[in-house]
This record gives sequence, C-alpha cells and structure tokens, in this order.
Amino acid sequence: MADEFLSVHDLSVSFGTEGGVARVLDQVSLSMRAGEIMGLVGESGCGKTTLARAILGVLPDNALIDSGTLTFDGADLLHAGATEHIRGRAITFVPQDPFGSFSPLFTVGDQIAELMRWKSPDRSPGERFYARARRSADMERTLALLRAVQLPEPERLLRKYPHELSGGQRQRVMIAMALLPEPKLVIADEPTTALDVTIQAQILKLLRRLATERGASVLFTTHDLGTAWEICDRVTVMYAGQEAETAEVVDFFGRPRHPYTRMLLDSLPTQGAALRGIPGEVPSPYAPPPGCRFHPRCPRATAICQDSHNAAVEPVAGHSVRCHHPHEWAAT
Amino acid sequence: MKSLRRMLRDRALLTGLVIVTLLVLAAVFASPLSTFPEHVTSFDPSQRLKPPGERFWLGTDRMGADIYSRLLFGARLTILVAVVATTFAVVIGVPIGLVAGYYRNWFSDLLMRVSDVFLAVPQIVLAIAIAQTLGPAIQNVILALSVTYWPFWARLVYAETRSLRNEVFIEAAIAMGASPLRVMVLHVVPSIASSIIVRTTIGMGATILAAASLGFLGLGAPPPAPEWGRMIAESREFLPDAWWYATAPGVAILLVVMGFNLLGDGLRDVLDPRIRRGGQRGG
Amino acid sequence: MRLLALAARRCLWMPPTLLGLTLIVFSISHIIPSDPARVLAGENAPIEQVEALRRKFGLDLPLPQQFFRYVTDVVSGNMGISLYTQRPVADDLLERLPATFELAIYAMILAVLLGLPLGVVSALRRNSLLDHAVRVVTISGLAMAAFWLAILLQLLFSMKLNLTPVQGRIDGWGPDPITGFYTLDAVLRGDWEMLGSSLRYLALPVMPLAIPAMATIVRFTRAGVLNVMSSNFVFYQNAMGLPRRVVIWKYILRSALIGTLTQIGLVFGNLLAGAVVVEAVFSWPGLGTYAYNSILQSDYNAIMGFTLFTGTVFICVNLLVDIAQAVLDPRGR
Ligand SMILES: Nc1ncnc2c1ncn2[C@@H]1O[C@H](COP(=O)(O)OP(=O)(O)O)[C@@H](O)[C@H]1O
Ligand code: SF4
Ligand SMILES: [Mg+2]
Repeated sequence: MADEFLSVHDLSVSFGTEGGVARVLDQVSLSMRAGEIMGLVGESGCGKTTLARAILGVLPDNALIDSGTLTFDGADLLHAGATEHIRGRAITFVPQDPFGSFSPLFTVGDQIAELMRWKSPDRSPGERFYARARRSADMERTLALLRAVQLPEPERLLRKYPHELSGGQRQRVMIAMALLPEPKLVIADEPTTALDVTIQAQILKLLRRLATERGASVLFTTHDLGTAWEICDRVTVMYAGQEAETAEVVDFFGRPRHPYTRMLLDSLPTQGAALRGIPGEVPSPYAPPPGCRFHPRCPRATAICQDSHNAAVEPVAGHSVRCHHPHEWAAT
Repeated sequence: MKSLRRMLRDRALLTGLVIVTLLVLAAVFASPLSTFPEHVTSFDPSQRLKPPGERFWLGTDRMGADIYSRLLFGARLTILVAVVATTFAVVIGVPIGLVAGYYRNWFSDLLMRVSDVFLAVPQIVLAIAIAQTLGPAIQNVILALSVTYWPFWARLVYAETRSLRNEVFIEAAIAMGASPLRVMVLHVVPSIASSIIVRTTIGMGATILAAASLGFLGLGAPPPAPEWGRMIAESREFLPDAWWYATAPGVAILLVVMGFNLLGDGLRDVLDPRIRRGGQRGG
Repeated sequence: MRLLALAARRCLWMPPTLLGLTLIVFSISHIIPSDPARVLAGENAPIEQVEALRRKFGLDLPLPQQFFRYVTDVVSGNMGISLYTQRPVADDLLERLPATFELAIYAMILAVLLGLPLGVVSALRRNSLLDHAVRVVTISGLAMAAFWLAILLQLLFSMKLNLTPVQGRIDGWGPDPITGFYTLDAVLRGDWEMLGSSLRYLALPVMPLAIPAMATIVRFTRAGVLNVMSSNFVFYQNAMGLPRRVVIWKYILRSALIGTLTQIGLVFGNLLAGAVVVEAVFSWPGLGTYAYNSILQSDYNAIMGFTLFTGTVFICVNLLVDIAQAVLDPRGR
C-alpha cells in the first residue's frame, strides 16, 4: 500500500449530546492514492462531514474518537493532531458554505493575504514576519490563481468585501485559496450544494482540472450521485455512518456489489422508469441497529448481518465491499 | 417531563425560581409572616431608628415602624406593579407587533415608527414625565410604566413575525385560505410564545427596577405605602448612622430583580433550544 | 462617499423622530392633565392667575393649534420658564449638560475598558472560575438599583471612610467654565489641583453608573464572542490552520465588537436614566439633579423640558452609534 497517502482505518466517532451518545462514524475505513479524485457519497446525515472534519482535525467539541487510525503521508493525524505543516498546507479545505466562510468585515484580499502569510508555500516553518519579498511573490501567485479559477479583474476583486461577490465567485475564491498553499490533498465538503444548479458542474470541473494539473488529490463529498459520476476517479459510498463500498467510478456505477449501492442506483430516476425508493427509513445514530446498519432494509440480510459488520470480502481489482452477502463481481 | 427535569438541573433557573417563589409567598403571607403587621399604616414614634435586633429584625425607620414587616408588605406592591404594568405592556405591544409584522403596508410602517419614537427616549425618563403629570399614586406608576414599555414588545414581536412570515408553514396556512387573524393566533403566536415568555420574565425585573426608581424620586405610591424605592429615599436623611435603613429594601430589590433575570435566562435555555447559554442575548 | 450618503439618510430620520418626540411630550403636558393651566400655575395658585396663564399660553385654543405653537416654541429653543429657578428652562438645561456628560462619559469609558476584556476572556475561558466570577458580578450589576448602590458607596467611602467628598462636583464654587467639563478644563488650564479635586468628586458617582453599564457590555461581548466562535468563517479559518491568536484577536474580536457597539446607544440611554437618581444622591449639579429638584418642586416646565432635551440627546447619540457602526461594518454601507 505504498501509494496510499491517506488511510482511514476502522475509525469510530461519537457525539455526546443531551439526547444521548450518537455513534456517527462506525468503523469506517477509506484510503486514497496520491493525485486521485475520490468521491464520498451518501445521503445527508450519513457522516460525510464528520469524516471530513476528522481528517482536517477540527471535530466539534462534543465529538469523541472511539477507535481507529488516521494516517496521512505516514503521519498519525488522529493522535498527534494536524500540525502547522499539514493543516492548511498539505491538507486544505473547500467549505460547503461560501457565504459564511468569509469574515464579512475584511476584504477578500485581506483574507487571502492572511492565509498566505501563514500558509504560503514559500513560508518556512515558524516564520512570524511577512517579508516584503514573500508578500509580492504571494501576490503574484494569488493573482495567477484567481485568473485560473476564471475570475475576471482579480486586482479589483481583492479590494471587494465578500458580500459584494456572488456565490459562484466566492466559491471560486475558496477553490483558489484551497490551492494556493500547494496542498497534496484538498477536502471539499459539498462545495457546490449552496450554489445555483446552473454553475455547479462548471465549478466542479474547474476544481477537478486545477487539482489534477497541480497534482493534488481531492476528497469530495456529495449526496448527489450524478456529480460523483461526473468528476470522480473513485467513489466510496456510506450508509448511516458505515462505509459500504469503494470502487473505480465505472465499476461503482457499472457493477455495484453492495445491496445498498444497488438499491440506491436503482432508485435513481431514469427515463421511463418510475422512481423506486428504498423501503424503510435511515436509522437514528442514537439507536443504530447492531451489525450492518442496513440490515433492517436489506433484502439479502441474514442473521449474521446483525452480529457484525466486519465482513472482509477480498477486494477484486480495487473494488472493496463491506457486506456479508455481496452481489457477485460481474466481469465485463 | 424532559424539559421539567432539565429545568431542575439548571442551577441559575432553579435559583431564580426559588427567589421568585419566595417573593410570591412573602406577598401572599405578608400578614402572618410579619412581626408588626400594623406597622404598615400605624407606627410607634418612641421606637424611631432602632438598629436591627431581637425585637426589630431589620431595625426600624424614621417613624418607628418595623422595616422587616414593611418589606413584606412592600412585596405585594412590588408584585402588583410588576405584574400589572408588564401585562399591560405585553397586551398592548404584542398585537401591535403582530399586525405590523404580518402586513406590509403604510399602516405597519406607521406603527413601527411610533414605537421607534417611544424607544428613542430612555423609558424611565418618559415614565418620570407621565408619573409627574398624573401625580404620585400606584395606578399612575403602573400606567406610566406600561405606556412607556409596550413599544419594546411591539418591536420584539414585529421582528419575529416578519421573519416567520416567509416560513413555509405560514405560507401554507395562508395558501389554504386561513384568515389573517387565524394565522396570527394559531400559527405565529405559538411560534413566538417562548420568546415572549422569556422576555416577560426578564421584563418583570426591569419593571421592578424602574418602579423602584420612580418610588425613589417620590413618584410612586404615596406614604405610608411600604414602597421599597421610597424607603431607600427616606433613609438618606439618617445616614450614616441608620445604615440598616437603606440596606434591607436595597437587598430586597437586588434579590428580586436577580431572581427574575435568572429565571428568564434559565427559561430561555429550556424553551428556546436554538439559543443555548452561549448565544444568549441580553434583555 | 457612500458613507456620507448613508449618514445623510440616517440624519433624514431625525426631524420626524424629533417631531414624534415633541408630540409625545406635548400629549403628556397638554392632553393628559384635565387642566394644564392649573398644573402649570401650581396647586395653590389663585383662579385669576390660572386664567391668565391659560390665555398667555393659548391653552384655550384647539389642540392642533396648541401643538403648532408648542412646536414653534420648542424649535426656537423656548421651553418656558422654570417656576423654581425663574430662568428659561433651555438655559438651565444647557448649563447643566456638561456636568452630566462628564459623568456619563467617564462611566462609559470605565465600563468599556473593564467590560470588553472581561467579556472576551470569559467567553474564551468559558465555564472557568473566572467566567463564573464574572457572571456573578454581571448578574448582580444588572439587578442593582443604581440609587441604592450610590447610597451604599456614599455611606462607605464618604461617610465612614472619609475617602471621597460626600456631595458636589468640585471644591469651592468651581471655576469659570471653558468647556464645562471640569477635568478637561483643568487640563486646559494646567491646573493640576483642580484636576485632582474634580477627579476626587467624580470617583464615587461614576461607579453606580459604570457598574450596570459594564455588566451589560460584558454580557453582550461574551455572547457575541461565543456566537462568532461558532460561525462558519471561524470554522474555516481553523480548518485552514490559521494561528489561534490571529483568529481570536483579529477576526472574532472585530465581529464581536460590532455587536457590542450596537449596545452602546442603549447603555448610554441607561446612563442618562441612571444619572437622574445617582446625581440626586450626590447632588451632582447636572441634568439629573435638575430633574430631581423639579420633581420635588412640581416644576412642570422644567420636567417637560428635561424630557424633551434628554430625548433629543439620546436620539443624537443613537445616530452617532448608527453611523459608527456603518463605518465599521462594510455590510451596512
Ligand atoms: N456537533 C454535533 N453534535 C451532535 N450530533 C452531530 C454533530 N454534528 C453532526 N451530528 C450528527 O451526526 C450525523 C452525521 O452528520 P454529518 O457528518 O454532518 O452528515 P453529512 O455531512 O453526511 O450530512 C448526523 O446525524 C448529525 O445530526
Ligand atoms: S451485510 Fe447483510 S444486511 Fe448488510 S448489506 Fe450486506 S447483506 Fe445486507
Ligand atoms: Mg455535510
């Protein structure tokens, strides 16, 4: 597994709330290779954001890491914590909400400059002053990247306040800011959900292209299978805090093995076919069913599914599935 | 049930609840609890300005009346003013805020401009002018305080109604042909009730403070009414010797206002889960 | 330029608001009493005097006409003659304004200097011992009657400990005013003795005004900081690994301060209201003592003048706060 640079193994995270303890991630495993675009898909509430926050090292205060490991480039992120060189530098972030993720009181230029002051690729560790030479190099870099994300007149844009920009413009700036530190991994948490549908695809393709050009991997969460299909190299699907299946994007959509994936894909609206939902409801994280959390809704479930979820099915051609009774791997 | 248990766990809320309950008990049982119930109207000049002791627990005032007994009866006045004045203000202000927030026309603008003008002057300053015009009497204090306090409620309810106006469930009710009155009473009021309850509780404290200021200025219930603010004002002539004279009524005001504030803050935590203690706004 | 337009727009609301204020005070003085002339003349004045006053002030005219007269009078600075001082109320009020302002401004400075850092630190160290201590102080500060606190302080520091003067604003008669702010005048004159004397007189009356104001500021700052700390942009900055001190002292603080600033207008209103009772306790020769004496003397013109005047001052302060906020918050522009 030499080419795995991000590896999440059996990660479990719970939230303590007044209503009890909610185990929101249950033994999740996931690995990413350098340079790939990985999609993390699943219905809203299945734990995508929590996983993204765990990798970024910014879980909420009431979160409790129950077990698991999380390594990035050989470094243990879970216990050592993300260091200055990793957070915002090797791993950067594109937030879901481009509206609230800027401080409303400072210009866009100020906020980019602040980021570059601490996270510029030219900065040496521990450097406190923002030397003029570095400042002007960073400025050049910023302007170039703003042009690359197709923002016209970047000099003028820098002098504007966030509220003077449209949602699409703000998200382009966010993408630029995520790429400016020249990271190895960009975590984009539903980066276009808050935007107008008409520009979503455009921005996602831009993110994909720019990241690929710069050799950065992207972990991209979405609840929309369509966007995952369009921009990802590989896809992992999660259900109620457990990861179900990981595969190359063509395999994922072409020959899914996990019953949940199958039903999910079947439920997609296609021409002529009526919409078929999955019967039953997503369980609450406060009282999840034991074993495989999908078993109350799964037509293939047997007694063993309630006992454990750790069915290790030997992956075929990088296609891994977490299920006791997966569908056969259909060779094409 | 769950919220009741949560209420009892919240220490601030519990303290507030205890203080307010004690105030109510003191007011209801003023006669049996007091040591000299007759001292509200009659007094004993031979016992003037006695320091606290076995006979007069909190000392006596310039007329020789027992301060402890007068404090208890003063609790009645305090509750009366706080409850009636705040209720009036709520009863005037809430409908105005509802109407102004629900409709969007010149009339709602006018209503809000009027309340803004009232809010442009510190409440107590206007209340002084009104109370002075009407003369010192308990009903005039109540009138002065409610007339100057309703705009606060109008503003609060207006803002909340405006933001509710675009909610799906309100629009659905309107689309289904519910009359404006029905929408306001059945849909808007229940949604803003918790915030009104919280503000009313805190408003009681504010009203008690304002009433005490009026009393201190001689605009409250006339003597010999055992009005706490006036008792403090009377004490000034006899300082520094009669230190106990101002102390007791001042502590009473402090505790009671604190009780309502704590109760209000605590209720907000329980009733309004959107704003937990962290995000609480003053009132 | 845009700021100027905004300031102009805010200023445009001034005349209607002031007119509304005048209408309220007019209603109190001319409509509520069954016989305003009797109130003006005083309870024991003979009938002829009451009638003379009625004619003199046009109190027999229809109400709209009376209101028109009233507005023209007020606009030309005529608020009537004080029964007690026998001088124009407007002159009395202007003369006493600096004393009240000096008190209010020192109270405000003290409240802000103490309240802001305490609010920030108690939000950052939420639920620490310090936070709890600050909470106890603010809860009591907000529940205390200002006049009672004033009396307690006077009792302790002036009467028992003899540390500060009991009453008044300065030793002796006081100097000829330059600005009317004694501390400022003393500095302008280079008269350090006068500065010391006026500060000694200020020390005590400032406290009962500053403490509730400080409590309000602490509360709002704390809530504001906590609120901003849970906002998306702070989450983003943390996720991008910006240094914690930068996030707190630059981004969080600035946002929280704007929230606190909105409260400054309100706090100032409370200071003016508190000044009435606190000045009365310390015989501080400002607007508050004037109002207090007018109440005692049933000096009707003086009280109505005080209400109008205080209302106007308060409206102006709020206007300034509005504009200051727009300067600090780019969204408002
Ligand atoms: N701070 C928190 N405290 C308690 N529960 C939380 C918290 N954050 C998220 N959750 C819960 O965790 C689950 C997963 O949330 P999330 O990771 O945001 O899902 P997704 O991003 O896939 O929509 C949800 O049920 C959500 O309600
Ligand atoms: S483990 Fe069992 S219940 Fe779960 S998806 Fe597979 S077959 Fe269904
Ligand atoms: Mg999410």
